[in-house]
Amino acid sequence: MAHAEVHDHNTPLEYQSETGRLNILGFWVFLGAEIALFSTLFATYLVLMYRTADGPTPHELFELKGVLIETFLLLTSSFTCGIAIHEMRRRNRKGLFIWMIITLALGAGFLGYEIYEFVTYVHEGAALGTSAFWSGFFVIVGTHGLHVTMGIAWITLILIQVARRGLTPQTSAKVFISSLYWHFLDVVWIFIFTAVYLTGMVLHNG
Amino acid sequence: MANPQDSLSREHGGIPWKHVIGYILSIVLTALALWVTFETGFSTRTILIIIFIFAFLQAALQLLMFMHMTESSEKNNTLTGKTQTGNILFAAFIAIVIVAGSVWVMGAGHAKHDHHKMEMDHDMKMDGDMKMDHGDHK
Repeated sequence: MAHAEVHDHNTPLEYQSETGRLNILGFWVFLGAEIALFSTLFATYLVLMYRTADGPTPHELFELKGVLIETFLLLTSSFTCGIAIHEMRRRNRKGLFIWMIITLALGAGFLGYEIYEFVTYVHEGAALGTSAFWSGFFVIVGTHGLHVTMGIAWITLILIQVARRGLTPQTSAKVFISSLYWHFLDVVWIFIFTAVYLTGMVLHNG
Repeated sequence: MANPQDSLSREHGGIPWKHVIGYILSIVLTALALWVTFETGFSTRTILIIIFIFAFLQAALQLLMFMHMTESSEKNNTLTGKTQTGNILFAAFIAIVIVAGSVWVMGAGHAKHDHHKMEMDHDMKMDGDMKMDHGDHK
């Protein structure tokens, strides 16, 4: 069956090989496991919400402006990543590269802001070991930041492969899967924005 | 169920409206969450319920508009789209159980390790009121 597949030219490249189809489906299963992973970190953070010990409270340190810039950068990168896939489905390799590189640049900007935010907190006396609350905070936001770092490296490598081998059913399935990963990072960030930052500010306000 | 062939021909060459609309709605939902949190003066509980509803809506937007979750890889067969959707819904269910369950178990008056709550329990014992504290701690 895998050898005798006939596709009209409208079938997206990433769906043309059986391996590609199975890998994409398998990656969705992996994303389900990632949701479970992050949910345990969210549970930890929310349970430890008031355990600030003698350290600073989130109300004292969280700064809305920086968080909003990070949110905007990551949300926009998710959008441009979607456009990149749209271009790939039009068999437009140049468009794919342009939009993916914009995506990676926005991701790097996000990461830069996050590192700056962490350094600021540490300077103001809130580090990983300051209190249970800050442990929870740095672990969940740090795990997400690590995912973004891996995403940037991964997509870069895949783009190099596309540059060398062209858009084939094999390479486009890889691009598509890495785009799912990138969108997923924004999904997680929506909940970090809501559960970590907004909730932290609301609960420590009163 | 969206069919890749359909969506491809629909978006062929044109502006990817699905993505543009998803992006605009995401920004609107983020702005609304901010407004509810800082400008409305609702009670803490109301604010939290609303912003979490917004978060789930925005996550659904990403999954449907950007990630093509319901899209199937094979023509005339919606199985993969259904599997992907079912898998993510199940994962979301697990996540909600883990998070809400943990917060409930650890927050409903059973965890009495912090100074603040020990004082409260002490006061209650002094009043001769042995009932557990069922109010939510804000």
